[in-house]
Amino acid sequence: MTPVRLALYGFVGLVLLYLMIPVIIIVPMSFSSARFLSFPPPAFSLRWYEAYLGSVAWMQATKVSLILAVSSSVISTVLGTAAAYALNNSKSRLVQSLQVILLLPLVTPIVIIAIGVFFVYAKVGLLATIPGLVLANVMLGIPYVITAVLVGLRKFDPTQEMVARSLGMNRLRSFFVVTLPQIRPSVISGTLFAFISALDETVVALFIAGGENQTLTKRMFTALRDEIDPTIAAISSLLTAVSFLLVILIALNAREAKPVPEERVNGH
Amino acid sequence: MFLLLVPALAVIVTLLLVPLLWLAWQSVYHDGFTLENYRRILSEDVYWHSFLQTFRIAFIVTAATILLGYPVAYVAASLPRRWSIVVLAMVVLPFWTSVLVRAYAWLILLQRTGIINSILKSLGLIDTPLILVNNEFGTVIATVHILLPFMVLPLYATMQKIPAELTMAGASLGGTPAHVFLRVFLPLSLPGIIAGSVLVFVLTLGFYITPELLGGGRTFMVSMLVSRNVELYNEWGAASSISVVLLACVFAIFWAASRLIPVERLMGMR
Repeated sequence: MTPVRLALYGFVGLVLLYLMIPVIIIVPMSFSSARFLSFPPPAFSLRWYEAYLGSVAWMQATKVSLILAVSSSVISTVLGTAAAYALNNSKSRLVQSLQVILLLPLVTPIVIIAIGVFFVYAKVGLLATIPGLVLANVMLGIPYVITAVLVGLRKFDPTQEMVARSLGMNRLRSFFVVTLPQIRPSVISGTLFAFISALDETVVALFIAGGENQTLTKRMFTALRDEIDPTIAAISSLLTAVSFLLVILIALNAREAKPVPEERVNGH
Repeated sequence: MFLLLVPALAVIVTLLLVPLLWLAWQSVYHDGFTLENYRRILSEDVYWHSFLQTFRIAFIVTAATILLGYPVAYVAASLPRRWSIVVLAMVVLPFWTSVLVRAYAWLILLQRTGIINSILKSLGLIDTPLILVNNEFGTVIATVHILLPFMVLPLYATMQKIPAELTMAGASLGGTPAHVFLRVFLPLSLPGIIAGSVLVFVLTLGFYITPELLGGGRTFMVSMLVSRNVELYNEWGAASSISVVLLACVFAIFWAASRLIPVERLMGMR
């Protein structure tokens, strides 16, 4: 190996270390017995996990976040899949140009989205309500579902659906029986994307969550701004574990999906 | 077909497009047409400085992600598949960790009494703790960490498509490795650099949580300006004009970039 290549690998190793350390460091911190940050932790303890699980306020916030993430990811999957199907199958220029609007939440700075939603909710009385939070996260989740499902639909051979329809199925039924099973992996990864995005969403929640309906992330943000409490490390470790679990699901799901279309095409 | 679009469109139009148009209106109308809100951005130091600081941070972060991300993408693209997956997994994993969690981790690492300072102290390299966080430095470190995957992924995608034959041809024609890299590989990877830079730059412009938690009040980015004006002062006029300018910057950059490379490539990832 040349010295240049060795230096290159060394540099890349350091960059990867920089990427991984913050993710890993929270785990030992969460098992520390100390009130204040010290590393390495003086002794092993589960007190911060107990503090989290035993706190009514944290538990309530966790409940709100979970309800929010589940319902908004399901709703944005339905709306996003329908929209992606229309975008993929319509030849009208108008429909195509609407794609720009549908992807708008991805490019707009999040604070601007937040004050916009805050303004609308203040008018219609949806501030600090669960439906309000769910709706806002549906809006944020739709672009993820659309991009994921479009990837699946572009690989799908639309003649199969046409065959089903020529054999007498209506459009709706042929979609559910023929198309959906084949694009299922991309739909599922869209849902998981939307779920993680809703679970992590903080800025919009800062503006529109409140009272009984605080989200986990809003509470964490306030706690981090005021004082650093190792309870946050325990929650962070759990949150990271949940995210990683979902990513592994996405990966397995994608792997399972790959061979299918090829086999189908070759099997004609 | 259009009917299938309606529900998704309705949600985005009522919760995003209408408020955006209202913000634009609000920024120029207050008991009559006025440009007062825009004049203030130019004349008041706080606003002006915030925009300058935000753009400076965006430039620093973009440059840093190119410097750190290019070698990583290069190595990932040149290694055998089994190893490149390991490298990419390490790039993508932090991407899935909550931004809040990572801000917390950086506080633990960079504080006065944090891990980095204790290590440096026990090694005898420093006497007084370095101030690594609650300033622009801490904000940049954490922002680069969050946005590095957005640089590495498009770079990797571009580099992977560069045929190995081209660099081999360059070498066989007598080019030194450095020469071949600079004249063949680097120009071919340029679209990836542009795509990654646009994403990183634009996303940095909208950063909020990281500077709020790690900036220690000394880093005052545009997003914080918007939120303060609404939350503390209830100044919708100021908040809207700042939002309009910020959005105009974001869209202008995307538009300019889409002339260079297809939009699909800019948006297709994540």
